[in-house]
Amino acid sequence: MMELNQYLEVFIEESKEHLQTVNDSLLELENSPEDMTIVGEIFRSAHTLKGMAATMGYQDLANLTHKMENVLDAVRNNKVVVDSDMLDIVFESVDDLEAMVTDIAAGGSGERNVEVIVEKLKRIENGEKPAEVQQSGTAIKKQDQVKNQTVSAENMELTLNEFEQTVLQESTEQGFMNYQIDVKLDNNCLLKGARVFMVFEVIEDIGEVIKSIPPVEQLEEENFDTSFSVVVISKMDIEEIERRIMNVSEVESAHVSLVTNDTNQKPHSEASPLSEQELDKKESKAPEVASKSEKNESNTQTQKAATQSKTIRVNIERLDVLMNLFEELVIDRGRLEQISNDLEHSELQETVERMSRISGDLQTIILNMRMVPVEQVFNRFPRMVRQLTRDLQKKVNLQIIGAETELDRTVIDEIGDPLVHLIRNSLDHGIEMPEERVEKGKPEEGTLQLKAYHSGNHVFIEVTDDGGGINRKKVLKKAIENGVVTQEQSETMEDYQVAELIMASGFSTADKISDVSGRGVGLDVVKNTIESLGGSISIDSKQNEGTKFSIQLPLTLSIISVMLVEVQNEKYAVPLSSIIETAIVSKKDIMHAHNKLVMDFRGSVIPLVDLKSILEVPETLEEEEHYSVVIVRRGEKMAGLVVNSFIGQQEVVLKSLGNYLTNVFAISGATILGDGQVALILDTNALIK
Amino acid sequence: MPENLQDDKFIVFQLNHEEYGIPVQQVGSIERMQHITRVPRTYNFMKGVINLRGVVTPIIDLRTRFGLEELPYTDSTRMIIVRIEDIEIGIIVDAANDVIDISEDMIEPAPEVVGTVDVEYIRGVAKQGNRLLVLLNLSKVLTVKELNNLKAVEG
Repeated sequence: MMELNQYLEVFIEESKEHLQTVNDSLLELENSPEDMTIVGEIFRSAHTLKGMAATMGYQDLANLTHKMENVLDAVRNNKVVVDSDMLDIVFESVDDLEAMVTDIAAGGSGERNVEVIVEKLKRIENGEKPAEVQQSGTAIKKQDQVKNQTVSAENMELTLNEFEQTVLQESTEQGFMNYQIDVKLDNNCLLKGARVFMVFEVIEDIGEVIKSIPPVEQLEEENFDTSFSVVVISKMDIEEIERRIMNVSEVESAHVSLVTNDTNQKPHSEASPLSEQELDKKESKAPEVASKSEKNESNTQTQKAATQSKTIRVNIERLDVLMNLFEELVIDRGRLEQISNDLEHSELQETVERMSRISGDLQTIILNMRMVPVEQVFNRFPRMVRQLTRDLQKKVNLQIIGAETELDRTVIDEIGDPLVHLIRNSLDHGIEMPEERVEKGKPEEGTLQLKAYHSGNHVFIEVTDDGGGINRKKVLKKAIENGVVTQEQSETMEDYQVAELIMASGFSTADKISDVSGRGVGLDVVKNTIESLGGSISIDSKQNEGTKFSIQLPLTLSIISVMLVEVQNEKYAVPLSSIIETAIVSKKDIMHAHNKLVMDFRGSVIPLVDLKSILEVPETLEEEEHYSVVIVRRGEKMAGLVVNSFIGQQEVVLKSLGNYLTNVFAISGATILGDGQVALILDTNALIK
Repeated sequence: MPENLQDDKFIVFQLNHEEYGIPVQQVGSIERMQHITRVPRTYNFMKGVINLRGVVTPIIDLRTRFGLEELPYTDSTRMIIVRIEDIEIGIIVDAANDVIDISEDMIEPAPEVVGTVDVEYIRGVAKQGNRLLVLLNLSKVLTVKELNNLKAVEG
């Protein structure tokens, strides 16, 4: 059913977002356990998650979130102290929540045995020491669970479970009204599912759905007779709600009634010490919380509206098709521009210019659609690093720089695993144990830096640690043992060559095999994955100072701005991103240094690269008195490329040279010009020494 | 005509007055000559790349590849676009104008010397009437290993 999918996708997306927020905030909380605004933030996300899960009918999910919320509430009320052990348990429950959401996303029911963790949370909440709770986690007595209590309802037997009752109760405290709405559809109604959808839309406008009978899925599968009931919290009055629902066509009747949620009527409430306690607590803090959570409520609602309107999920294949079509258009646009320039017809030129502008905007949008911030990958690492450092009993401070750097979606999907390997490797093999660090005179806490940035047509991701660095002797010994290199070879190897060895397969230099970085499978996989993405990886390591892994990734399939130049009779494209400026230099201003041509550029001497000879271009033109020079840079270094003439700036579609012509010197790709001919794109990085 | 299951269709082309065949499954299209953009610093038989309906396709000259004398292109010169595994490439031949059926039993192993072409590029020869067709092993012709060696030399 379309509607179910629609709800489900939004639900999954938002749940993930909320879980991420919870994760991030928990990590923050660990650093500043006194900060109650962070607790508030976690609470808000958990609360929204709980509400959504309950609406969708995922009871285990809602239940666990609810228990987690209780613990957070206890923290807010200074009943529970935040420490690592307590956070471990909360993290554990977040793991469970994540597993459930993943299960739901994979089409599962989201059911999961959460008894153990629920029990742990309960015990923390009841004031037990988290450390003890964690230890005795296995000895859990089965508790009778309180389920399905009956609440008086007017027309239909409406059963609400413990959790739903709490929600209703909370909402009453916040000044919402709890309604039961009985809707009867016209007997001749054909598209019952669609009508239900419309009714739900109306209801979500005015409040929040807590429960529906039959459940939402059944309603959407049209698996009901003609009437259904929903429990809603809202601030609107009965008549207004009735009027609004009756506006949906083919609704025969809508009857709204107040749900009495008198907790004293709960028949089994005595059997559950938890709910008793919970209620006491709720009552005691009710006045102060009321105003605060009301604000929270409105916050989460606006947030929800915002995320709903911004998430349209599109299959990436469709974007690919769109991109391919657009590439064709860009080529034709170039051709059209050329024709209109040749014809010098002012009206045509005007129109073509307009079209170019519009297609330029369109291009930006299409490209941006495929780009996602690398944050998506990075934000799972703080959690992972925390866990690993605890397991390894090391102290590590993780720094993330450039999380906003955008990368093509397809690359993002692939880059996660290699990075996990690298981070694990750095934590396990790189950063030393705290005692060892102190002995070496380093700060006890190690630093792991994760950095992403754009440079030219590439994205760089660096994983840097300030650990022990690569031990040349150890690596070589291992390599010789494993027969990767011979004794003689090892003696003449450069340091970087030795470093590369750790990416050979079957390599592990840690003194003992740990379950963190495994058995030396991994780094070779990392290398293969990155190379399959058209990227490269390099290692830079200094003994006792640390190791840096640099991953260079291409900005795959993209349209780039280039400067077209002519070298003799051949056309080449120089990416605009690497150009500083162009200059016409008189021959007499060219100097010689160490047998190389150099020129003065704003006070600094830069080398000249004669493209004609480097690219072995057949000579057809006579030498001129002036050189046309494109000044390019690579990081801090600059060089002047000598060409014969500048053609102009243009947007071109980057195309690969195919699988046969890989690694051509100084050529990063090709493009098709307006006249249908291919021009090669220069890789200026290769030309700057 | 009775269909022989073992019959394979081959595209026939001319190179240096000899006839060669490649399986029709490997052939994407046959193109007339058009502008080729030179790719610098690759091996000598790599003529460059063309725009083949939006796809940048490398072109090699089979004469140069086989060490034959280079001749100016004529009206009958063709580029045969072939696909081998994940590689798409065009090969320049003197002419291409025929398709024939060859059954497996007509193919004989390559004799030590067939015309001017190195034996390792040859899958076999097929005799049909008085025609002698040299069947090429294209993946050998395109072997990428050689490319790497070349690069190492140029390094």
